[in-house]
Amino acid sequence: MYRSHVLVCGGTGCTSSGSETLISLLQEELKKNGLENEVAIVKTGCHGLCAQGPVMVIYPDATFYSMVKPEDIPEIVSEHLLKGRVVTRLLYVEDGGTAKALKDTDFYRLQHRVALRNCGIINPESIDEYIGTGGYEALGRVLTEMQPDDVIETILASGLRGRGGAGFPTGMKWKFASGNRGNVQKYVCCNADEGDPGAFMDRSVLEGDPHVVLEAMAIAGYAIGASQGYIYVRAEYPIAVERLNIAIKQAREYGLLGKNIFDSGFDFDIDLRLGAGAFVCGEETALMTSIEGNRGEPRPRPPFPAVKGLFASPTILNNVETYANIPQIILNGAEWFASMGTEKSKGTKVFAVNGKINNTGLVEVPMGTTLRTIIEDIGGGIPNGKKFKAAQTGGPSGGCIPAEHMDIPIDYDNLISIGSMMGSGGLIVMDEDTCMVDIAKFFLEFTVDESCGKCTPCRIGTKRLYEMLDKITRGEGTLEDLDKMEELCYYIKDNALCGLGQTAPNPVLSTLRYFRDEYIAHIVDKKCPAGVCKALLSYKIDADKCKGCTLCARNCPNGAISGKLKEPHVIDQSKCLKCGACMEKCRFGAIYKE
Amino acid sequence: MKSLAELKAIRDRMQGEVNMREDDNSNHIRVVVGMATCGIASGARPVLNKLAEDVQAKHLDNVVVTQTGCIGLCQYEPIVEVYEPGKEKVTYIKMTPEKADEVVEQHLIRGQVLGKYTLSSTNL
Repeated sequence: MYRSHVLVCGGTGCTSSGSETLISLLQEELKKNGLENEVAIVKTGCHGLCAQGPVMVIYPDATFYSMVKPEDIPEIVSEHLLKGRVVTRLLYVEDGGTAKALKDTDFYRLQHRVALRNCGIINPESIDEYIGTGGYEALGRVLTEMQPDDVIETILASGLRGRGGAGFPTGMKWKFASGNRGNVQKYVCCNADEGDPGAFMDRSVLEGDPHVVLEAMAIAGYAIGASQGYIYVRAEYPIAVERLNIAIKQAREYGLLGKNIFDSGFDFDIDLRLGAGAFVCGEETALMTSIEGNRGEPRPRPPFPAVKGLFASPTILNNVETYANIPQIILNGAEWFASMGTEKSKGTKVFAVNGKINNTGLVEVPMGTTLRTIIEDIGGGIPNGKKFKAAQTGGPSGGCIPAEHMDIPIDYDNLISIGSMMGSGGLIVMDEDTCMVDIAKFFLEFTVDESCGKCTPCRIGTKRLYEMLDKITRGEGTLEDLDKMEELCYYIKDNALCGLGQTAPNPVLSTLRYFRDEYIAHIVDKKCPAGVCKALLSYKIDADKCKGCTLCARNCPNGAISGKLKEPHVIDQSKCLKCGACMEKCRFGAIYKE
Repeated sequence: MKSLAELKAIRDRMQGEVNMREDDNSNHIRVVVGMATCGIASGARPVLNKLAEDVQAKHLDNVVVTQTGCIGLCQYEPIVEVYEPGKEKVTYIKMTPEKADEVVEQHLIRGQVLGKYTLSSTNL
C-alpha cells in the first residue's frame, strides 16, 4: 500500500525530454529519504500537454508539475513527498493565470476523455491497473451475457464511425463481415500504422493504454466470429511496440487472450506485425498485403476486406482510436455514446494539435466542438501574438480550414463540405507567417515520396502537381498553371487506385479554394506574401534604422553585407543566400524581407 | 480468466490504488497529516502511513489521505485534520498509529468524532 502515487509521463514526448532520467532520480531520492515503501512511482502514457513536458502528477492531490528538470527532483521528494509542501514554482500556470487543479485548466476543462480515458492515469505495463479501472469487464460481459449479433447491434446503435479518416460506420463494417460465423476463417486487424505528419493520437493510446486495444479486438473477434487478430504497428513506434508486447503477454497469462476465454468456448489471440513506415501501408488493402508478407501495395476494391481481406478471408480492420471506444460503449451503452457529438458524428475525437500553437499536445473533445474552441481555448492560442491563418486537418489527405470557418462544428460531414476531411486527427495550426503555396508543396512532396507507384495517376500525377507548385514558388508559374493544376487534381482524384492517390490533391485544391490570392501573388506580382518562398523574397536594410554596427556583416555566412562602421550597410542581392541570419542578429530591426 | 467474479476480484484488489488517481475529489473527506519537521520528529510518518494503508485496505473510496506542512501547534504534533464537506474541521492531536486506527474505524467509517483525541479536549 502506498500513500502517494507519483505519475511520471512515459509518453514519447516526455520520454524525449528526459522523463526516464527523472524516474531513476526519483527512485534514488525516495530511497535516500526512506520513502520507497510509502510512495509509488508510476510510469504512465501521455497526459496530453506535451508542450509542457516532462510532466508529472502527484496523487492524492493531483498536483501537476510541468517542465520538471533533474535538479528539481530532490526538492520534490524532500518538500512535497516528505513534508507535504507543494513546490509552487513547478506548478503549471496558464497564461496570465494562477496555478489551478489540472481539471480546472482551460486545457483539460473543455476536454472529454473517452478514448484517452486511461492515458496518463494508469501504468500501461500493468494489466492489474487496467482491470482496476474497469478493464476487460466489457469483454467478460460480451462473452458471458451477449450474443454476437447483440454486440454488432450495440456498436451500430452507438453511431461510432471509423476514427482512421474515412469515417465509415464501424458497426456496419462488423455486420458485413459477420456472416457464416464458425464456418470460415476470419481475421480482426488493427490499423496502428499512423502515418500523417504531425499525428500521434494512436501512438499515445498504444503507449498509454495498450490493453484497451486488445480487449476491443477480442470483442470484435467474438462479434464476427474470428479467432485471430493482428495489430499492424509501425516499427518507428518502439515504445508502443514494447508495451503492446508486454500487454499481449500479460493478457495471455491471465487467459484474456488464448483458448476458452471466460469459459465461453471463445478462442482469440493477437499477434503484432511491424510495418517499415511506408505511408501507403495505412491504406487497408496495402496494410493487409503487407501483413501477408508481400510488398505493401494496395489493390482495387471491391472485393472489400469484409468479404475478402487478409489471406483472402473476411477481415475487419479498424483504427486504434476506434477500438479504444468499444469497451466503453459496451459498458455504458450505445445511448451514452450517441448522446455525445453531432447528429451524424457521435462520440469524441482525439486531435494531435501542433504547429503554431501554445499547447502542443493531445486533445479529446466531443464531435461538434469548433476549431476556435480547440485552438483558442484548449490550445492556448497562437504564440507571439501572431494571427491565425488556417488549420490543416487530415494531413496530406486533408485540406486547410481558413479563419472564416473557425466556428463550424467539427465533424466528418462538415469538414468534407468545406473541402477538408477529419483524417486521423492531426491538426496543424498555421499563422500569418505560413505560405499556403509552400504548405501545399510540402504535402505534395510527401505524397510523391510515399506514392507506391502501382498506379499511374498517383505516381506521375502527384509528381507533376509537385513540379507545378515548385515552379510557382520559384516565381515562374503562369495563371494557366492554376487551371492545369486544378484539372490534374480532379483527374488524380477520379482515377487513383487507393485512398492515398485519391486524396493527395486535397491540400492543393483546398489552398486554391481559400487562398487563391496567394497563388496569384506568387505568379503575377512575383511575391510571397508570407515571406517564405526564398526565390521570391529579398532581404533589405532600412538605411534610416541602420546604425552601422557591423553585426549583420560579421554574421553573414556569405559576406554579402558591406558598409562602413556607423554608416548604413547594404546587402549584395547577388551574393545573398536568404538565410535570414542578419535579420535575426540585427538589434535595431533595420533588416526587412520583401 | 474463467469468470467475471475472477475479474472482479482483481478489480477490487486494485481499486483502492487506482481510485487515488481521481482528479475530482472535492466531495471527498480529506484527512490531512501535518508533515513538517516538527510533525515528522514526533512521529507523523507512521501515522500517515497507517491512515493511507487503512483507507485503501478498507476501500474507503470517499476518503483522501494527504499531508501538509506545519499546522502551527508544534507541541501537539502529530496532528491529523479531518475535513468533511459541509462539516466543521476536526483536529486530532498527539496521534499514534493505534489512534489512527481508531479514527478510521470510528470517525471515517461510522461518522463518530473521537472527542477524547481532538484539540478541543485540551485546555487551549
